[in-house]
Amino acid sequence: MLAYTFKRAVLALLVALTVSLACFLLVHLSTDVAVAMAGEGARAEDIEFIRKQYGFDRPLAVQYADWLGRALRGEFGDSLYFRTPVARIVWERLPVTLTLGAWAILLALALSIPLGVVAAMRPNSWLDRFTLTLAVIGQAMPSFWFALLLMLLFGVTLGWLPISGSDTQAHFVLPAVALAYYAAPAIMRLTRSGMLEVLGSDYIRTARAKGLRPAAVLFKHALRNAVVPVVALAAVQLGFMLGGSVVIETVFALNGLGYLAWEAILHNDFPVVQAIVLLIALFYIVLTFLADLANGWLDPRIRIV
Amino acid sequence: MRTSPIALALVAALAFSGAAQAAKRDNTVRWAGNQVPENLDAYFNNVRLGVIIAHHIWDHLIYRDPTTGQYKPSLATAWKWADQKTLEFDLRRGVRFHNGEAFDADDVVYTLNYVSNPANKAVTQQNVNWIDKAEKIEQYKVRIRLKKPFPAALEYLAGPVVMYPNEYYAKAGPRGMNEKPVGSGPYKVVEHQPGRLVRFERNKEYFKESPRPQPTIDKLELRLIPDQNTQAAELMAKGLDWIFNVPPDQAKQLKAVRDITVSAGESMRVVWLTMASHDKTPAPVFKDIRVRKAVNHAIDRQAMLKTVVGESARVIHTLCFPNQFGCTDEGAPRYNYDPAKARQLLAEAGYPNGFEVDLYAYRERHQTEAMIGYLRAVGIRTNLRYMQYAAMRDALREGKAGFAHQTWGSFSVGDVSASAPVFFKFQADDVTRDDKVRELLDAGDNSVNPSVRQVAYKHGLARIAEQAYIAPLYSLPVYYAHSKDLDFKPYADEIPRFWEARWK
Repeated sequence: MLAYTFKRAVLALLVALTVSLACFLLVHLSTDVAVAMAGEGARAEDIEFIRKQYGFDRPLAVQYADWLGRALRGEFGDSLYFRTPVARIVWERLPVTLTLGAWAILLALALSIPLGVVAAMRPNSWLDRFTLTLAVIGQAMPSFWFALLLMLLFGVTLGWLPISGSDTQAHFVLPAVALAYYAAPAIMRLTRSGMLEVLGSDYIRTARAKGLRPAAVLFKHALRNAVVPVVALAAVQLGFMLGGSVVIETVFALNGLGYLAWEAILHNDFPVVQAIVLLIALFYIVLTFLADLANGWLDPRIRIV
Repeated sequence: MRTSPIALALVAALAFSGAAQAAKRDNTVRWAGNQVPENLDAYFNNVRLGVIIAHHIWDHLIYRDPTTGQYKPSLATAWKWADQKTLEFDLRRGVRFHNGEAFDADDVVYTLNYVSNPANKAVTQQNVNWIDKAEKIEQYKVRIRLKKPFPAALEYLAGPVVMYPNEYYAKAGPRGMNEKPVGSGPYKVVEHQPGRLVRFERNKEYFKESPRPQPTIDKLELRLIPDQNTQAAELMAKGLDWIFNVPPDQAKQLKAVRDITVSAGESMRVVWLTMASHDKTPAPVFKDIRVRKAVNHAIDRQAMLKTVVGESARVIHTLCFPNQFGCTDEGAPRYNYDPAKARQLLAEAGYPNGFEVDLYAYRERHQTEAMIGYLRAVGIRTNLRYMQYAAMRDALREGKAGFAHQTWGSFSVGDVSASAPVFFKFQADDVTRDDKVRELLDAGDNSVNPSVRQVAYKHGLARIAEQAYIAPLYSLPVYYAHSKDLDFKPYADEIPRFWEARWK
């Protein structure tokens, strides 16, 4: 397991470095950063001053090493739009996104794995059809529409939950449900198909034949093997929730990273864009790394391959 | 007519919702906006919400009564034109800023000299670039020298030009003013979470001689809620007490909700389609006057008013708000709705099958979509690029955008110098660059003779219309929705005056 962990960690590190390079190059090749920073109406000498002042006249490789060094220390410069340090804005918005992502993935897993297992235990039953219907609706319904329906029912009509903002944990309930319901169908269907495949295998028949209790067969033998691909998918879904929940964050007025990324792109605020892209990429890398470790633990064969 | 998802859903929700109760909680008004000001410093943002916030935090040298249009003493007790390019002010004694700093000539001099210095890069250049310099005569007497005669100066000093405490501003600068704004106005900021929330508290020390009444609402809480539907839901659930810029279809639905009052009024905000026709335009089709005229003929303004814009608005033919001094459409050609003529003009210009172009927009998306439909009907196929105002403004200024659904509220200044000249005098926002237009508008801006100004503006505005540089559309109505228990009066300048509001 140690050798496997080490290999995965080196791979993750290399991916992180590649992503940071891509992220740096994308911004620097897509626009003249000095011109963008100088702003409208700047004279040629202003632009040259900024180019020298910020070191944009140095070779790209040197600039990259410098940027990476500062990024490692958490320094990303100032936002061109908000005129405050990027690290501060990102730091302020991060907890909102992390809280939303954590609640949403927990909800999605809590909903989809039991339903997936139940559907697999009784394939083609009314229960299976019911979970399929839930999955289809979840995938087909635009998340903003579902969000509005939740708001109207639980916020306006019943008055049970706050509608927008991020002041308390209660504020995260509706957005987390909306986000979870979008992510759940894929996990649910993957659990179902994984379970169906495993339940039909020889070792399950053997387990049953030797008289193990159905619960032991299901949870100890079947589920552990069926969830291997689900772990990887859940990691990707969480990555999506952390980086791509722009719509949900906008509808519920949650000022998290997703909404910040959208604002930054609109305002050509490249230091913020760079920081967020790097951060989200790191989320994905860390989550994939953890999923790999979890899979290695769940299925020892993976460690050998 | 396009109905928003919430308009349908509201009807369903209303069937279940109980009677809304008054939301007078702790004498606070909770309200929402949807465009983040990039900076709360009044000179470093140019969004409407920034203007509204500024009126609550800061004071002006003079005050313009929104009902009578008369100027009244505010931070200045008296003023006079010493000559065509010099204004002199006697300042009020005993006024203190929120941080305790006393107001005097140094504050006026520092504020005006700082913001009018182009090196300090104030975003709202047109509001301050008429100032040459401010000088202290005595501790409570100042002189403002103008670069050239600018009769609208008083209008600006009563509107977008607000006074800062010099010692604090010298130390904090625009960045500090954004983080912790300090003024002398009826409300002080006690908390600012950028892009999220601003909390205000009544300024208990607000100077008694102010032409503005002493505020009675203790606290204001402004939240940024980007989605209009969410704002409406919050209002219905009593999480908010006041919202504005409510889309007409939503306003109709909200009218049916008990305990919510919807009021509409015409605003000073005018709407038009910008067509960049300068040398480096990214949409060279607009260099051809026939194409620009075709765009003008393509849109049915009356039908848009009836269906998507709403009551209390009117069609305009020139780029200014009809009540502004100098605004007229006399002598300006009218481009009536005539799709056949539009197609014919396009064919004559060499586009018998129309053309494709990016259309930039930043607000009232449902109106943009209606325009897209009209344009498509004559063969102009648009790709919508919808973004925040600052991004669209920069795209136009940098020559990346050539076609835009524009709106302008003139910073609530009741003089035409605050509208058309901003877009036609070779400054950053001018995407047409016509010498003749500039010359005429300059004549209007620089004369102190009202009749000379009126004639110059008339010809300038007519020339813009003859050349079809833009497609002027209509003024915008503003719909406000608020708790029935809140006594609130709307004004055409789109500035909610919470210092006047009170709970019934």
